[in-house]
Amino acid sequence: MKKGVMRPGHVQIRVLDIDEAVKHYTDLMGLIETDRDDEGRVYLKAWSEVDKFSVVLREADEPGCDFMGFKVVDEATLVQLQKDLVAFGVDVEQIPEGDLKDCGRRVRFSVPSGHAFELYADKLYTGKWGVTEVNPEAWPRGLEGMKAVRFDHCLFYGPELAATYDIFVNVLGFHLAEQVLDPEGTRVAQFLTVSMKEHDIAFIHHEEPGKFHHASFFLETWEDVLRAADLISMTDTSIDIGPTRHGLTHGKTIYFFDPSGNRNEVFCGGDYTYPDHKPITWKAEDLGKAIFYHDRVLNERFLTVLT
Amino acid sequence: MAQIYRITEQYSGESFECEAGQSVLKAMEQRGMKCVPVGCRGGGCGYCKIQVLAGEFECGKMSKVHVPPEALEKKEVLACRVYPLTDLTIECRPSQSGLASKQTKTTALR
Ligand code: FES
Repeated sequence: MKKGVMRPGHVQIRVLDIDEAVKHYTDLMGLIETDRDDEGRVYLKAWSEVDKFSVVLREADEPGCDFMGFKVVDEATLVQLQKDLVAFGVDVEQIPEGDLKDCGRRVRFSVPSGHAFELYADKLYTGKWGVTEVNPEAWPRGLEGMKAVRFDHCLFYGPELAATYDIFVNVLGFHLAEQVLDPEGTRVAQFLTVSMKEHDIAFIHHEEPGKFHHASFFLETWEDVLRAADLISMTDTSIDIGPTRHGLTHGKTIYFFDPSGNRNEVFCGGDYTYPDHKPITWKAEDLGKAIFYHDRVLNERFLTVLT
Repeated sequence: MAQIYRITEQYSGESFECEAGQSVLKAMEQRGMKCVPVGCRGGGCGYCKIQVLAGEFECGKMSKVHVPPEALEKKEVLACRVYPLTDLTIECRPSQSGLASKQTKTTALR
């Protein structure tokens, strides 16, 4: 967090059918609907998050991710980071306050991998859902489905990982927690963080720019991941792979798809990192084990099915 | 009892039954066949692209990137969103599914 970028704040996901999508993200995943706007967008949050929303769903005729936003510590930081981005040669766009309901102004920019990101300092603080601020209970009653705890990170697929790394690390102060290197030493996957988590955002090399691999949500325990798997079967939801463990991050995970084909992950565990930790390296030759620690082979779908 | 239709995939010669209201991809998966690649199953990724050569069908919502109007006219559609109204003859060539081109895109990871 050395430049003042604090954490992932939101992700706007395009869906083919808004009603089906809302049902998936609320009934199955356990997010809570907090608002809707004139454009028909639906705002959701996970219960442990303090701000009003972290997921925005937008109906469109092509699924995928519109942008991911990071919250910075304050307005002064936002001003500084905007200057730093411009000085680095990144074009920025100003999104006015209120464009997303109850969210302050956002500074939007694109990175060479073809993805759009935003920085913002303010969003309505609504507190954790269903628990009090003083003497809070362990968890709220009335959560649905997987009871997702928080929006955790996204994984994007695209080209130009090195140039993308420069912006995230050198301008925005992210730290490289894990990487995959090919035999020539080229980084083909990068897991970047502004926290102790192994990734707040990750990129995997892919020739087509701007592809969305998944949005990920945190669960507390392995038992919760198994319960998520049960719910995926009960609801006949499209599964990708899992429950299993990753080599990268060592998180315990399951992947599935929303009704428009966007991939979701719920996971628990995972390693931690501090800024003095050297990056953890996996070899591209061992990518099967790096991604699926138990199977040790890749499923083609994980590498090629994207929105 | 639901109406049953027969789906024949011309390239592999495989054929399977599909209930009315069931997607072609789901019916294929249920019967353990692999003639069409399975991706998101939600009309989003384009992985399951096929061409319908004969027969009537309905489509659910599909990503415009993978099924632009020109493709729809040629009945190039996504098997996970195709619901048969009659027996169907479909074709899924490995190149047509986009699989081959996508595979080259991830060579850096192989
Ligand atoms: S499997 Fe993704 S579009 Fe059909």
